Amino acid sequence: MYAFREAVAAFKRAPVLTGLSSTMVGLALFVVGLFSLATYNLQLALSAIEERVEVVVYLRDDVRQSEIDLLLTELSNLEEVRQVMYISKREALERARTELPEFGELFMSSEVNPLPQSLEVELRPGSRNPEAVEKVAFAAEGYPFVEDAQYGEEWVNRLFALRRIGAASAGVLGIAFALVAALIIGTALRIAIFARRDEIYIMRLVGAKNSFIRRPFLLEGAMAGLAGGLLAWGLTYATYRGVYAYLFEVAWVPGRWVAAGLLAGTAFGAFASALAIRRHLREI
Amino acid sequence: MIKLSNVSKQYPKRGFALKDVTFQLGKGEFAFLTGHSGSGKSTTMRLIHMVDRPTAGEVRVSGYSSDKVTERDLWKVRRRVGYVFQDFRLLPGRTAYENVAFALEVTGTPPKAIKPKAQRLLSQVGLSTKAGAFVNELSGGEQQRVAIARALVNDPFVLLADEPTGNLDERATRGIMELFWDIQAKGMAVLMATHDLELIRQYPRTRVLELDHGKLVYDSRSPDDGVSRPDPPGPPPPESTGQEGGSSATQGGL
Repeated sequence: MYAFREAVAAFKRAPVLTGLSSTMVGLALFVVGLFSLATYNLQLALSAIEERVEVVVYLRDDVRQSEIDLLLTELSNLEEVRQVMYISKREALERARTELPEFGELFMSSEVNPLPQSLEVELRPGSRNPEAVEKVAFAAEGYPFVEDAQYGEEWVNRLFALRRIGAASAGVLGIAFALVAALIIGTALRIAIFARRDEIYIMRLVGAKNSFIRRPFLLEGAMAGLAGGLLAWGLTYATYRGVYAYLFEVAWVPGRWVAAGLLAGTAFGAFASALAIRRHLREI
Repeated sequence: MIKLSNVSKQYPKRGFALKDVTFQLGKGEFAFLTGHSGSGKSTTMRLIHMVDRPTAGEVRVSGYSSDKVTERDLWKVRRRVGYVFQDFRLLPGRTAYENVAFALEVTGTPPKAIKPKAQRLLSQVGLSTKAGAFVNELSGGEQQRVAIARALVNDPFVLLADEPTGNLDERATRGIMELFWDIQAKGMAVLMATHDLELIRQYPRTRVLELDHGKLVYDSRSPDDGVSRPDPPGPPPPESTGQEGGSSATQGGL
């Protein structure tokens, strides 16, 4: 109760200072917020491309129906596979006519259907990587009635290289932004603590327990972190609206990201405050 | 009881601040700690308050040893020792009452007990009518009284006063000294650091410890200092001449 009352009183006693602390925290977290927005949209774009990763198993023309059923079952049973669809020669031709209109005349005029029947193997979300597609393709190629199994090896490898670079860049930049934010938050809270050094000194002098001294500052740090987090998301949302309206279509981050950001801001504030007060207590 | 046993304190850049200092201060005892600037008075006070730890030797405060007490348990020592400074160190922008109540609150006094105890302490130091006055509205002597009231919140067994009258005029000084004697009469020990020899001479029967370049060069209680001084039965009256026979301030190392 004392800790909460003192934390609120600190806001009231020095509204400009605490307001500045929260603004500094907010601006620091705003950079992290923008980064999250960019990362999320990049992730969405890559996921959309990833969904197109599939294995197409081309079958010989003389394959029997029982053999097709066997392969379909075998492939469906693989843990990497979400579903397997059989595409007959006729369906393949119809699809080619629709999807490749520039070759429409060729397909229309042809009396013989040149396209093979096939199995389209769709992979589970976690298995759309080079290793998984290779495994599925290799499993299919083991059957004598399979002509070929294709998955665009080069394309898949490039996509995943891009994903790895994206993830590594996001990780490194995310850590860098978080560190900068931590430094700014730490500095802002150190200023706030420094402004109340007399009180801390008196508390130590008369024999207040360290945990008792820390509590209002931790709470104050958490409150500054939460206020900064709200400000950061507000600014990020305004930026999102601006980009969406005037530049290009982007998606807003999921609600759980916002909640996690606010929680992280609150925890960050409390943690930075704990470090600052710990250092300050050692000096008195 | 406070006991310093062969205490030395060395700072990395300043060298020795205290060298092999040994003395005790018993329950209800009053002693002046004197010496010129830089003689080690404040270092001694800081060691007793355990703001600093000795480089060698041991400081014992009410059973707590400087060798053993952890940072986490320092608050236990601090509650046994009251501390007042020359510059008062009150919280500006708060009233006399709020300064005392703050100390009570942060040391875990139950909320209901804070108001009566703060009022009693302010009354004890003669400030019951100034409880609502802001610190900057009080005179130096009154501010020091608030600081003393604050130092008494935990009912300590000893009051450390570091040059408490250094910023006060003669009248205010006399008032603060009377207050210290009142406090001592109630059984609390008082160790007062001062370089004001005139002040010490006014209380000739009071124990004097003198430091010089970090060494305890004189203790009027010491059996081999050649001067016999019985403890005063009660608060000794201030002597206007300061020339009473056997005075440490006139015959000792001062």
